[in-house]
Amino acid sequence: MNAIGVSVPRLEDDRLLRGQGRFHDEIVRPGQLWLRVVRSPVAHARIRGIDVEAAAALPGVVDVITAADLAGMPRIPVRQPSPGIDFTPYLQPALATGFVQYVGDPVAAVLAEDPYLAEDAADLVALDLEELPVSLDARAGATLRPESRPGESALVGTVDFSYGDVDEVFATAPHVVAADLKVGRHSGTPLEPRGLVAEWNARARRMTVWGATKVPYFNRRVTARMLGIAEHQIHMLESDAGGSFGIRGEFYPEDLLVPFLALRTGRPVKWTEDRTEHLIAANHAREQEHRIELAFDERYRLLGLRGEAWLDTGGYIRTHGAVVAALTSALMSGPYRMAACRSRVHIVTTNKTPVGTYRAPGRFQHNFVREHAMDLAADRLGVDPVELRRINLLDGGELPHRRPLHVFGAPMLLDGKDHLEHFDKSREIFGYDTWREEARRAREQGRLVGTGCAVILEKAGLGHDSAVVDVGVTGAIRVAMGGANVGQGVETVMAQIAAEEFDVRTESVTVVLSDTDILADGSGTFASRTTVVGGTAVKLAAEQVLAKARRVAAGLLGTDPDRLVVRDGGLEADGEPGRRVTLGEIAAASFAPPYVRTGEEPGLIGRGTYLADAMTYPYGAHYAQAEVDPGTGAVKLLRYAVSYEIGRAVNPALVHAQLVGGTVQGIGGALFEEFPYDERGMPLATTLGDYLWPRASDLPEIRTEIFEDSPAPGNPLGVRGAGEGGTAGVGAAVANAVRDALRLTGTVGALPLLPDRVMTLMKSQDDDGATT
Amino acid sequence: MTTPIPLELSANGAAHTLAVDPRRSLADVLRRDLGLTGTTVGCETGVCGSCTVLVNGEPVRSCLMLAAQADGTAVETVESLAENDPTSGRLNPLQRSFKENFALQCGFCTPGFLMLGTALLRKEPTADRARITECVAANLCRCTGYAAIVDAVEAATRTGDAFGPEDQEQEGADA
Repeated sequence: MNAIGVSVPRLEDDRLLRGQGRFHDEIVRPGQLWLRVVRSPVAHARIRGIDVEAAAALPGVVDVITAADLAGMPRIPVRQPSPGIDFTPYLQPALATGFVQYVGDPVAAVLAEDPYLAEDAADLVALDLEELPVSLDARAGATLRPESRPGESALVGTVDFSYGDVDEVFATAPHVVAADLKVGRHSGTPLEPRGLVAEWNARARRMTVWGATKVPYFNRRVTARMLGIAEHQIHMLESDAGGSFGIRGEFYPEDLLVPFLALRTGRPVKWTEDRTEHLIAANHAREQEHRIELAFDERYRLLGLRGEAWLDTGGYIRTHGAVVAALTSALMSGPYRMAACRSRVHIVTTNKTPVGTYRAPGRFQHNFVREHAMDLAADRLGVDPVELRRINLLDGGELPHRRPLHVFGAPMLLDGKDHLEHFDKSREIFGYDTWREEARRAREQGRLVGTGCAVILEKAGLGHDSAVVDVGVTGAIRVAMGGANVGQGVETVMAQIAAEEFDVRTESVTVVLSDTDILADGSGTFASRTTVVGGTAVKLAAEQVLAKARRVAAGLLGTDPDRLVVRDGGLEADGEPGRRVTLGEIAAASFAPPYVRTGEEPGLIGRGTYLADAMTYPYGAHYAQAEVDPGTGAVKLLRYAVSYEIGRAVNPALVHAQLVGGTVQGIGGALFEEFPYDERGMPLATTLGDYLWPRASDLPEIRTEIFEDSPAPGNPLGVRGAGEGGTAGVGAAVANAVRDALRLTGTVGALPLLPDRVMTLMKSQDDDGATT
Repeated sequence: MTTPIPLELSANGAAHTLAVDPRRSLADVLRRDLGLTGTTVGCETGVCGSCTVLVNGEPVRSCLMLAAQADGTAVETVESLAENDPTSGRLNPLQRSFKENFALQCGFCTPGFLMLGTALLRKEPTADRARITECVAANLCRCTGYAAIVDAVEAATRTGDAFGPEDQEQEGADA
């Protein structure tokens, strides 16, 4: 009973360290064909014709298809509808139909005997495209009616989460501070490119699909509907995935093309994108323009927040629908006491790569916007930025705190213990006052050093997931759960949760994730939900196994079930260690008529489904100390720290790993990464030499502290979800540190803070200084 | 298609004679022709380093090297690291150090970092943290934030292990 709370080594590591991983490209089927997607080279055009003749004639090419071959097939649906918004005109077909909407839009698919040949053939597909005017700015383009969507506006819809009488508050507030801020276009860009393998077995009339992740069950339902076959004819098998970060595993056009072509040709089909395809075709994220206003009273108390934002959703609406907009909007007021808030997000199509959810969707953006505006307000009001936060953070006397909002259908109840206490405690632990003092002294010596902090409200655990736990006659324990392993160590964590119940070693538990033949339904891995929701389902399933085991063992041992305790993978009479049966012996006995006659499922099998009635709201704080190079504008982080309320850490080392890794991704978005486009909508970052992830030499030591001060009241494990808190506050803390280093009177304007942007900021500051 | 060209190389001590399309990368030949799928390919443009293998002891981006250029060389991949057998042998001290330090998450970059670390530990068995960080900065990881990878390599410098090629070859080289 001591598996939870321990940093046990990961079950995943042994195979990965040997180079024996099970990534999708390790699946090689006899007779396998290779898919290459032909993509639009222009951002917006009418398709006048596609000539596939030369490609189809190339020796080794088996099939070439265009939209004409998919006639009548529905478009890719959204996973989550958004009340009041009709996404239908904006959904993406598997192959572009009539028009192309961005560079990278799939227009044809080529199947060949060899991947090199497939690429050769794809180059021979001739496109006749009539270019149309492009829209590349969500705010400026919100009123457009592009001819590629007759009768439709570029504005897909507006998400609005508001409470209180905001306009009244602003009309009478003693102080109002406003800022206009932008966040650049980023993406999760996992290291393993996307890929899928599908095989149609004509005799069994079944399709096997390898490589789905994130939401395999949703993807199976979509595949079934689009192909017109039954869900039970499709077997989705999870493979190792080289990172997701929210990007990988959504249902993309290629997720239809691969099984479609396997069905059409009767041969196994593999698709692996190359890096350039990934950077123009997989979901982008984050590009938003914001206007924010904060209202304060004479004692620096926040009276209200008014926000409006334009979200650049790219050429189509993808599976997330309006999730990014909703999360931007609903949690805009953060962990602060605030009587009124209005936060609107306009979702606008442009002619760029479509966007989706990327680790801390909406929160990376709104935390930057709100927390940067808080620092601006502190200056304007003449109060210390730390003190301004302290005055307004919700404290223990006010929590749990109900916001008069519903998020994804559930009431918004902030279920933490004390946001102010967290902030005070983490500043003390990290010595933030000392960081500030160091920066002050460095500035006295003429260096451009500054500090910044940000407080964040996170969210985790949403919807339901399911698990089945079975114990065989050998005593082997297997857990099947509906989530996916995308590198975070969920296999280990699920094994720990089961090991805790059965009092066995974690490494003795086998975990299978999202195998649709073993577990009929699951939800998946997103929204920091896997441990919260899936982990709870595993616990419930294991408890059900033990409930039956207890009854069978009581019969075998001739004792009262309540007297039995679980010990070392068996049940024994309390206080009589000799009177014991193992789980394997119990499993073997459970097939006897008395236990089958009950109508229960034979054997030791437990099933659990857990529905989170509402999200849990973890929270944290980010701290940065940065130095700007006056000659180049390059920002170097000198110190970074994150504190996070996890509720309960199943595996503390893995929680720290999520925070550190998430923070470094956030640093990428704050300082290095961006997808720029030229004026014709040509993407300019198409290799990892253009889209710059942080490297080891770019980073300071990242300090992390996890607190377990406030177990989540909503789930029996008390866990809060670890995946996104490291990322959510980085843009905010880094922007505040740079603003402090440069002693800006205004804002940094936009993220990422690339050297040229910082040089511009320094120059404008100098100009301001010269004129005042 | 052009005429295949002959290629002889040793991979993890085993001699191979092949005929390859001149445009095939070393990474593709390792993965598809020799079944050494531990070497992963993340970008195909030499930026990420996940495909790093050792060619005559030097770390090389196997996506950028044509297989034909590897003619006559000795190639080492991640499959060479575990003792005796890649699938069942004991993990070597660097692999164990990665596990103990939680230096991998999705594991896709891991073979590249292991081979990069192997080359460093052979040449500079007492490399300090700054030097290790400099070396680790050659490759990309999207999950870990790198600190744990640096920790793992640093811890391996304290094991006293040589991280040399297989003992036999080592003896041959010494003789």
